[in-house]
Amino acid sequence: MLVLEKNAMTEEIELLVVKFGKSRSSLLPILQDIQRSHKHIPDFAQQEVARLLDIHPVEVYSVISFYSFLNSNAKGRNIVRLCQTITCDMAGKENVAKAIERELGIKFGETTKDNKFTLEYVNCLGMCDQGPALLINERVFPKVTPEKAVQILSEVK
Amino acid sequence: METKERKGAVLFSKYTRGEAIKKAISKTREDVLYELRESKLKGRGGAGFPTATKWMIVAAASSDEKYIICNADEGEPGTFKDRVLLLEYPQLVFDGMVVGGYTIGAKYGIVYLRGEYEYMKKSLEDYLEAMRKDNLLGNDILGKKGFNFDITIRMGSGAYVCGEETALIESLEGNRGEARNRPPFPVNTGFMGKPTTVNNVETLAAISHITIKGGEWFRKHGTDKSTGSKLFSVSGDCEKPGVYELPWGTKISELLELVGAKNTKAVQVGGASGTCIPKSQFDRTLAYEDAATGGSIMIFNESRNMLHVLKNFMEFFVEESCGQCTPCRIGNVKLLEGVEMIEKGEYTFAYMNQLKDLGDTMQVASKCGLGQSSPNSFISILENFKEEIFNGNGGHNGK
Repeated sequence: MLVLEKNAMTEEIELLVVKFGKSRSSLLPILQDIQRSHKHIPDFAQQEVARLLDIHPVEVYSVISFYSFLNSNAKGRNIVRLCQTITCDMAGKENVAKAIERELGIKFGETTKDNKFTLEYVNCLGMCDQGPALLINERVFPKVTPEKAVQILSEVK
Repeated sequence: METKERKGAVLFSKYTRGEAIKKAISKTREDVLYELRESKLKGRGGAGFPTATKWMIVAAASSDEKYIICNADEGEPGTFKDRVLLLEYPQLVFDGMVVGGYTIGAKYGIVYLRGEYEYMKKSLEDYLEAMRKDNLLGNDILGKKGFNFDITIRMGSGAYVCGEETALIESLEGNRGEARNRPPFPVNTGFMGKPTTVNNVETLAAISHITIKGGEWFRKHGTDKSTGSKLFSVSGDCEKPGVYELPWGTKISELLELVGAKNTKAVQVGGASGTCIPKSQFDRTLAYEDAATGGSIMIFNESRNMLHVLKNFMEFFVEESCGQCTPCRIGNVKLLEGVEMIEKGEYTFAYMNQLKDLGDTMQVASKCGLGQSSPNSFISILENFKEEIFNGNGGHNGK
């Protein structure tokens, strides 16, 4: 990270600490905000969060590693999550998965070279009556077909 | 997204925003609790703990701060009733929380919303803001001197185990969502060490109705031990998947009829952690005393491979086990390996019986509900479908 980037990150985290309050119970909301804007929580950010909340950096890392929606490694700008639970599976998840993999040229768990998409599986999205379900960043798309899934991805910036 | 709903006589009966709050503050806390006790309402998340008992303990505790938490971490595979309640009937849920705040003497309510439902956050926050404007939240609510209560929404981050109440509290406190030893129970030592009640979204919605219409009215629906109605999230092989409000005590066969399920082979009641019920037992009833469920009903027709279904569930538990206690962390991996052995045809019956014993051990030795219930589907599917799994397809299983 460049010094300028580091300074900007510190400033961002300071604002978050003011917003949520300097206490351990603010840790998750702060990490979630960093995750939302940067798509991951870099090492430097973890150290800064630890410093500003007065806890050990390892504590911050242990929390990040626990939750599947938080990650310390860089991911693509858009995170595409396909529900892998049984009802979506029965509704045709496999074909949707294959179509997306073909179209983007990557497998699930990977990120495209242009950093635009990361593909992941996710457990039950709570859309079982309208599967297969796709979650792109925070938006949920019910009843996707292979064709519709590719169409949706082509409209993502 | 359009959800099919079947409106029943209890939860989806007529309700206007604020009604329950008005009624509650016109009575004493003891009277509100009395109605709740009369209703015999049990927790709708699946565990079925009597809600009145939970609230009474917190109400009786002397503490400067108490909390009411709405558990909206609906992660059980096949459940989506909370999604419908929060998107379409938020008044029921939030009013229930305010009634709770009044009754147990809490100033703060927290909604723990699962990360997957982030798309609802904005509309829920707008709804809370509107409630604040109309003095349904804030200071001296509806003119009741000294009754201050507010609700905040906190997000989860994709961990199934956080639906367990002590893991949820750990998560709210900024820790890994690992379940705590109980006792002490959250009603004594909960969020920030203060007395806390954690209630399911649907429980709170039911409370709004009970506050107005009374415990006796609620008890008229359902069975003796399971009073009221239940929202069932129906998915899988049927014509009309959706949310169905039915009285407790409904037979599985009646429900299948209603949702247009044909050639049904099995029904998974209670999600991945529930039990798999075969055709021969479709006359069983949905109730705490028979086939208990937090609402998840997944239907499988004759064309489905039950071993594949089981594998999907076990993969789920291996991924979602928090890894804190050994029976759950290792046990689920072993059960999944067992399923894969069957799939490849590389198993012995002796080992399968050992795995069933391991399942029994996990049910008693795991620390929280996740590990205690994760072997349920393994045991029930291998037992009820042994003909298909071990003898079907000439013993070639999935192939």
